[in-house]
Amino acid sequence: MISQSLKNYNFINFYKKLNFVSLTLVFLSIFIIFFKGLNLGVDFKGGTLIEIRTENSNVKISEIRQSFLKMSLGDVTVKKFGTENDYLVKIESKDNENNFIEELNQKLSSDLGSEINFRRVENVGPKVSSELLEAGLLAISLSLAAMLFYIWIRFEWQFSIAAIAAIIHDVLITLGIFSLFSYEINLSIVAAVLTIVGYSMNDTVVIFDRIRENLKKYTKIPISEISNNSTNETLSRTIITSVTTLLALLSIYIFGGEILKGFSFAMIVGVIVGTYSSIFVATPILNYTNVSSKSILKEEDNENF
Amino acid sequence: MLYFSKTKLILIYSIIVIFILFSLLNLVDDKTNFPISKKINLGLDLQGGSYLLMEVDSRPIINHKLQEKILELRKYFKKNKVSYKKLKLDAESISFTLEEDHKEKFLNFFTNKENSINSYLDRYRAYEMEHLVENNNVRIKFSKFGLIEVKNSALDQSLEIVRRRIDEIGTNDPTIIKRGNDRILIELPGINDPNRIKKLLGKTANLSFRFVAESENTFGSDLLLFENSEDELNVSKRIILSGDNLLSAKPNFDNRANQTVVSFTLDRAGARKFGRATADNVGKRLAIILDNKIISAPVINEAILSGSGQISGNFTFQSATDLALLLRSGALPAPLNIIEERSVGPDLGEDSIKAGTISLIIGFFLVIIFMVFKYRKLGLIADLALIINLLLLIGVLTILEATLTLPGIAGIILTVGMAVDANVLIFERIKEGMKYENSNIQAFDEGYKKAKSAVLDANITTLISAIILFLLGSGPVKGFAVTLGIGILTTLFSVYFFARHISSFYVMKNKDKGMLI
Repeated sequence: MISQSLKNYNFINFYKKLNFVSLTLVFLSIFIIFFKGLNLGVDFKGGTLIEIRTENSNVKISEIRQSFLKMSLGDVTVKKFGTENDYLVKIESKDNENNFIEELNQKLSSDLGSEINFRRVENVGPKVSSELLEAGLLAISLSLAAMLFYIWIRFEWQFSIAAIAAIIHDVLITLGIFSLFSYEINLSIVAAVLTIVGYSMNDTVVIFDRIRENLKKYTKIPISEISNNSTNETLSRTIITSVTTLLALLSIYIFGGEILKGFSFAMIVGVIVGTYSSIFVATPILNYTNVSSKSILKEEDNENF
Repeated sequence: MLYFSKTKLILIYSIIVIFILFSLLNLVDDKTNFPISKKINLGLDLQGGSYLLMEVDSRPIINHKLQEKILELRKYFKKNKVSYKKLKLDAESISFTLEEDHKEKFLNFFTNKENSINSYLDRYRAYEMEHLVENNNVRIKFSKFGLIEVKNSALDQSLEIVRRRIDEIGTNDPTIIKRGNDRILIELPGINDPNRIKKLLGKTANLSFRFVAESENTFGSDLLLFENSEDELNVSKRIILSGDNLLSAKPNFDNRANQTVVSFTLDRAGARKFGRATADNVGKRLAIILDNKIISAPVINEAILSGSGQISGNFTFQSATDLALLLRSGALPAPLNIIEERSVGPDLGEDSIKAGTISLIIGFFLVIIFMVFKYRKLGLIADLALIINLLLLIGVLTILEATLTLPGIAGIILTVGMAVDANVLIFERIKEGMKYENSNIQAFDEGYKKAKSAVLDANITTLISAIILFLLGSGPVKGFAVTLGIGILTTLFSVYFFARHISSFYVMKNKDKGMLI
């Protein structure tokens, strides 16, 4: 048999159990997203986000909350953000006057008896936020469609279905984790999800590429064996690339500052889940579709005419 | 795969050298007179600044235009002896009732290309207005294209006024562009206080001079509030003079009254009107009104014939400067509302640059060390390719004068992590080949050849994501798509041209040694 690979694990043994785990996780994610919902940030829900720094370090978070409460702005959340005197304030109300921010700053400063520095202000109106949400959803669906199409052209439809199933698995679990921990979904998370789609595909494609190659080479061997060997042959690449990508992402997560935390966290989850899914979701699904040497060689013949 | 022709080599290395030279341009000081001044721009999130998306509220304009149309309709009806009833303005449409035979006549007139009320827009091959007939009721309103015309012209005028106001304030490299047919996107890099600009842009700055109405019930008057107090005053509806007649305005200090004022000069027509009005009404109060609020209402002491005057009203020097600026740059045709704002202070921008750079350096070293640990000498080749890759990436960004954002830096770091993948794919193939190929050269050659399709597929999938994100993403996220996408292209170049050449060099030197990996 094709025994050039260094290691030879029998992945097939794990398929049943892990497929069950994957399905459970996906359904749990859908369940959580459906019932708990996603914590949409101001980008998608509208409202105001302000990162403030108090010059006077004696100001307590409860005092800031109290001060906002007095202004009766509706739902306001205040939480610590990074270093000692930094706070992140989220104001849900949407219809604000043009000089709303300035008034807010004056009231806060006089109330807390400290110079308040608005380091970052994001104010998104209801019209824009719904447009951004639409564009985000469109981007994710478009990228899925593009991937489906690309794999369909480069491989056969069975590969395409298996790869998309794996991507949907990754995206749902990543979003499920965000919902579970109530992490905020903003524009950068959409960027992360799109990158996860690309990365997960990238990982799957490398294994598929090898499966296709081996299917052409060994026409008599059943798909289950071929895919198992292909997974083994590409295993060390799969792991090394995941490790280097994770090293880069960990570096962003730890040293890249508060603003990139959500993005890099989503990416870390996505890379781990994506690596897992190429081996334990995409490949078994390909097995179940009964793709064979015949279908591949037939396609090749057609292309020659 | 391992053979390179001389021309190919020259091409590869000159490309590398050129891009590296471009990447070095970022180190050139702005003040020196270096002939090429290309540079990577820092996004608003890194250098601090404000992004504002403003929407023109065109409802008042549409309303105003419809009112004009009503006047024209009345004129037409009178002239042609058409009897009409219940002519009125509803929400964005005009309705009236006509008798049966008059209806026919009117509609013939209304849908004639040469008619004076409903103009035909050649550009769209459509009428400005559309009508709806129900029994004897006629309802007319702006058509889809008519609305586009109205909105476009309001947007163009607003854009011009916004540009003038921002130029007057004097900010560095502002970007002011149209978005769609009712939005203006403004980017103001490096400003410390966006609030002043927001305040100035939020004002329509409609100035008018109107007499204070004598008694409470005078026909045609408005009850208006004062700008700085709760007081109200009845003001005649008749406008003596509007901001259109203003030639210039500037803040001034009035020594006699010991207060800051805004002094203005009128154009000739304005001066004549103002002169006549003041001469006839000495002793009366003249209200100066900005955006339906009274700034002040001084008593006319004598006729003002010189065509210049001053506005007082408890100004600070700053507020007088701002008012003068608004008056100079003209009134907006319609109110502008901020529908999206993103501002970053300069200190946060600096912190972000610092954090981004640190994480880039650390991520870079982690990956480099890991590759050497995993592949030894070949790892060094991959690392060298990675360094070249980064320089190429910076070079391309410089040539494009791309905007680097914080997510953009994340994209570069991610590129570092993912770029070695192409080399890993190839090295793993070589490793496999070494077991059955007779020579190292053969194994390397096969490795590059066989890995090609996987490398391409793997990178194209990521590229697809990046392109979609670039097309649909906004703001800083777009910067991520740019660095990620360009990073993929430079990765492919550095791996398949540069690293391949270096490894061919390496394998030739060591062709007789045992396993190289």
